[in-house]
Amino acid sequence: MTEQTSENVFLQKIEAEIKIEPKDWMPDAYRKTNIRQISQHAHSEIVGMLPEGNWISRAPSLKRKLILLAKVQDEAGHGLYLYSACETLGITREETINDLHSGKAKYASIFNYPTLSWADIGAIGWLVDGAAIMNQVMLTRTSYGPYARAMVKICKEESFHQRQGFESLLVLSKGTEAQKQMCQDAINRWWWPSLMMFGPKDSESTNSDQSMKWKIKRKSNDELRQSFVDMIAEQIKLLSMKLPDDKLKWNKEKNQYDWGEINWDEFWNVIKGNGPCNKERIAARSKAWEEGEWVRIAAKTYAEKKINKQVAV
Amino acid sequence: MMNNNLFNYTLHLADTTLILGQRNAAWCGHGPVLEQDIAITNISLDLIGQSRSFYQYAATQKADGSTEDSFAYLRSEREFKNCLLVEQPNGDWAQTILRQFLFSSFQHLLFQQLQNNKDATLAAIAEKSLKEVTYHLRWSSEWVIRLGDGTEESRNKMLKAITELWPFTGEQFIPATYEENMGINLLSIKEVWLKKVTDILTEATLQVPENIFMHTGGKNGIHTEQLGFILTELQYIQKTYPGCEW
Repeated sequence: MTEQTSENVFLQKIEAEIKIEPKDWMPDAYRKTNIRQISQHAHSEIVGMLPEGNWISRAPSLKRKLILLAKVQDEAGHGLYLYSACETLGITREETINDLHSGKAKYASIFNYPTLSWADIGAIGWLVDGAAIMNQVMLTRTSYGPYARAMVKICKEESFHQRQGFESLLVLSKGTEAQKQMCQDAINRWWWPSLMMFGPKDSESTNSDQSMKWKIKRKSNDELRQSFVDMIAEQIKLLSMKLPDDKLKWNKEKNQYDWGEINWDEFWNVIKGNGPCNKERIAARSKAWEEGEWVRIAAKTYAEKKINKQVAV
Repeated sequence: MMNNNLFNYTLHLADTTLILGQRNAAWCGHGPVLEQDIAITNISLDLIGQSRSFYQYAATQKADGSTEDSFAYLRSEREFKNCLLVEQPNGDWAQTILRQFLFSSFQHLLFQQLQNNKDATLAAIAEKSLKEVTYHLRWSSEWVIRLGDGTEESRNKMLKAITELWPFTGEQFIPATYEENMGINLLSIKEVWLKKVTDILTEATLQVPENIFMHTGGKNGIHTEQLGFILTELQYIQKTYPGCEW
């Protein structure tokens, strides 16, 4: 088949909502975009373990400790599916991880913010996982098969995390004055960074157009962000807390909430590496990887020895 | 009237599993490879789950409003009855693996006895946990062999871990007063344990040390300096904000 015919077959599949599979022909740019997006997503899961992991040792009850530990472990599992999905596009896990440590690959900027109190764990579950779900539900219909299938599984777990996060804040919101303050403070600090998770405005988003055409993405950043605001603005009423936005107001005509403006300087700054914890996050991941090298080598060496012994027998 | 020995023994089992669970949990997000990060976290989840069952049972024995959390979060170092082995630092992967192996190989034998205990609740918790412990033992044995018989570097790290941890293995077999009438035969466990450990270490091209001084005290609340730091972190929120629901 000529490249032209291959591309036509590819585009017809996209048009007909048939998933693109690893062995199918695909344009280089489609492959690269998927590698970039899936690996970025995998890194986000893994780096995202760190801010929440901070509180595992300090969780306030044994039940909360188990819930948090299981949640952070789920993120590791998500990272694993996503690295595997990425490998189907012809890049190894090692290469992908090296790109994270060298700073070449990005991850969700939200994880460059610090977790300063126990309430942050609830706020991350509710707001950060909540924002992630908006994006991920869309991705269950993404055109690349392995990515879409990984997302189905991930979405189920993420929506469970979001409910757990909300429930943990609900307990704080009904607690003592100190707990209520802790809860409101966490919401104040995590709200705007959560809105930033949807990426730049549509008018500034460089990768969006082609991704929409290829059905990698199916909704724009601004559309998803608006749905998120509409959802959270309702849910927060149950907590008797406030979102830190004076302009937040129901707009009857548009049938959606109006709201204020994201601090885009902060957004770009954190992406460029100037967030409160960018350095710590990468340092922690690199440390785990480097200190684990002798373990990985030992496991590989032992496995080879064992095979050689079997061959000798 | 509450049986003090049973109560203290239940707390000893609870504290030991909680402290090892807490130690292992520190690997979550920092493991040498993603699959093993997940595995060690699983073990941590199992151990903390076991500790909850024991603490809940202790709470029903005490019947004074104590809860699993009041036992875990509001007692001091001197009241904790865990073995010294489980509070030892994570160190590197070799030390964590060996600590797990030395403990799981013991716990596996202990729970096999305990599942037939005259105390039905302890027996039930042991029986329920045995499946988990069997996995912990298999996983940690495989890693001991892999690291001992892997590279020179991994072998050296295992040798160092043995030197560090072996002096904390004797305590498990010396019954505290509260263990004496619990229907547990620690001497028979010791014999089988030593054979199991020798087999695995031999396969790992390592050796069981001989004539090593053994530390004791944990079961009676005399701990190494490690425990104070573990509890400071573990109990921080409950102690900073007393009497709250979480």
